[in-house]
Amino acid sequence: MAYSEKVIDHYSNPKNVGTLDKSKNNVGTGLVGAPECGDVMRLQIEVNEEGIISDAKFKTFGCGSAIASSSLATEWLKGKSIDEAVAIDNMDIVEELNLPPVKIHCSVLAEDAIKAAINDYRAKNGLPELALEEKKH
Amino acid sequence: MELKLPIYLDNNATTPMDPRVLETMLPYFTDHFGNAASRNHPFGWAAEEAVDYAREQVASLIGADPKEIIFTSGATEADNLGIKGVFEMYASKGNHIITCTTEHKAVLDTCKHLEKLGAQVTYLEVLPDGMIDLDALEKAITDKTILIAIMYGNNEIGVVQPVKEISAIARKHNVLFFTDGTQAVGKIPVDVIADGIDLMAFTAHKMYGPKGIGALYVRRKNPRVKVTAQMDGGGHERSMRSGTLNVPGIVGFGKAAELCKQEMAAEAARLSILRDKLENALLQLEEAYLNGHKENRLPHTTNISFKHVEGEGLLMGFNKNIALSSGSACTSASLEPSYVLKALGLGDDLAHSSLRFGLGRFTTEEQIDYTIKAISDTVNKLREMSPLWEMFKEGIDLNSIEWAHH
Repeated sequence: MAYSEKVIDHYSNPKNVGTLDKSKNNVGTGLVGAPECGDVMRLQIEVNEEGIISDAKFKTFGCGSAIASSSLATEWLKGKSIDEAVAIDNMDIVEELNLPPVKIHCSVLAEDAIKAAINDYRAKNGLPELALEEKKH
Repeated sequence: MELKLPIYLDNNATTPMDPRVLETMLPYFTDHFGNAASRNHPFGWAAEEAVDYAREQVASLIGADPKEIIFTSGATEADNLGIKGVFEMYASKGNHIITCTTEHKAVLDTCKHLEKLGAQVTYLEVLPDGMIDLDALEKAITDKTILIAIMYGNNEIGVVQPVKEISAIARKHNVLFFTDGTQAVGKIPVDVIADGIDLMAFTAHKMYGPKGIGALYVRRKNPRVKVTAQMDGGGHERSMRSGTLNVPGIVGFGKAAELCKQEMAAEAARLSILRDKLENALLQLEEAYLNGHKENRLPHTTNISFKHVEGEGLLMGFNKNIALSSGSACTSASLEPSYVLKALGLGDDLAHSSLRFGLGRFTTEEQIDYTIKAISDTVNKLREMSPLWEMFKEGIDLNSIEWAHH
């Protein structure tokens, strides 16, 4: 199975690899997946006073598609409001990266990571957690 | 020597055909196209003569008599014929088969199929280094046991089982011993007499011969072994395997066997030096682990886990230039990581992080040097972006985290 050029590009030149200070109140961290399943994503957002995501970082243990999905997610998150970020759908990632059906779970994981990071941020700031719809991996 | 790319290090999956083998085969597609069973004209005679010669070449590689070689379409068919054929032929004696959890699917799934037909199958667990526990094997034998099916060399980790000891146990209890010799034959000395093998499956395309041709060795003396045919027809191959003989394939198999016999000692020595160089360099990386027994194994195979890096992601770093396989689920259709590595007791995480290296006749030292650098660089790069590596470096016990399994 050949990878799409976009997956290869994100894999070779991943955007926003790194770590934000998770002790800060304006940083939300989402850690999803499991080592036994072969993919773990950690996605972090930093939110400024206007409620805009000013920075996003990721680290991913997983296949090329998982790395590309999380790299793409961090690119998309930057500059978005929380409400806009919540609206990112895994199928947008599938479309952008041309993921084959067996790799759709990578995009679902990236969406889960975004929502987990947002919820962590909301919890830290006394906001109720978002109700998340269950997606099949 | 100049570096030749891309590099093929997946020789346990299949090997390239040796040009000398191809050359020997070519006339049998065109000029000598006859059916080896045509007894009444020169076309048939030429084909039969070629098959007879190849049968001697193949038999000679494993110390067998040519009459003991049954040509099949490959090792999978030979595994099926050997195991199902014994189950059916010896039904009056018993219905119990002993095998082990690290066998190839062609053996495991054949056994599972027989379970539906009334077979009792014991799947022995292996020790953490991949070796069979001989005591457990002997204890598993009952008065209903008709067959022990244990592979010679493992395809994923290269571990070579103590075949002589296994056959001695089988002999002592009057049980037949079948071995899947697919990875071992042509790579290390295999001698059906000295090793006490009653039936053995092997194939040409793992030893620089063509795909689509393999063999089942069936012992004719001490004891005389018989298998029930699994395919009915013209009664070819001493009525054990009907079907027009694949003459060009058989000729190629014979030539491949002859070359292996001539070159095995030198090739095994050369490949084990290259394999050790590769392995030692990669095990220098932090948190890199060898899977399987370090001594008892094939000279051209190694299997290494790079903790906190996922196998398919790792392959992607260099798979334009290096062909390898991984025990990661992502590289297989099943979404389960390697059952062989799991049978050694490896956690799913380490199984997902494994690479299998199969060196071969055409592997060069320059290619190994290139591979060492490419893999080391990619492992380091991916660890920099692995959250598990970061946690490991911070001293966090990954087992203490409640992972969201999905």
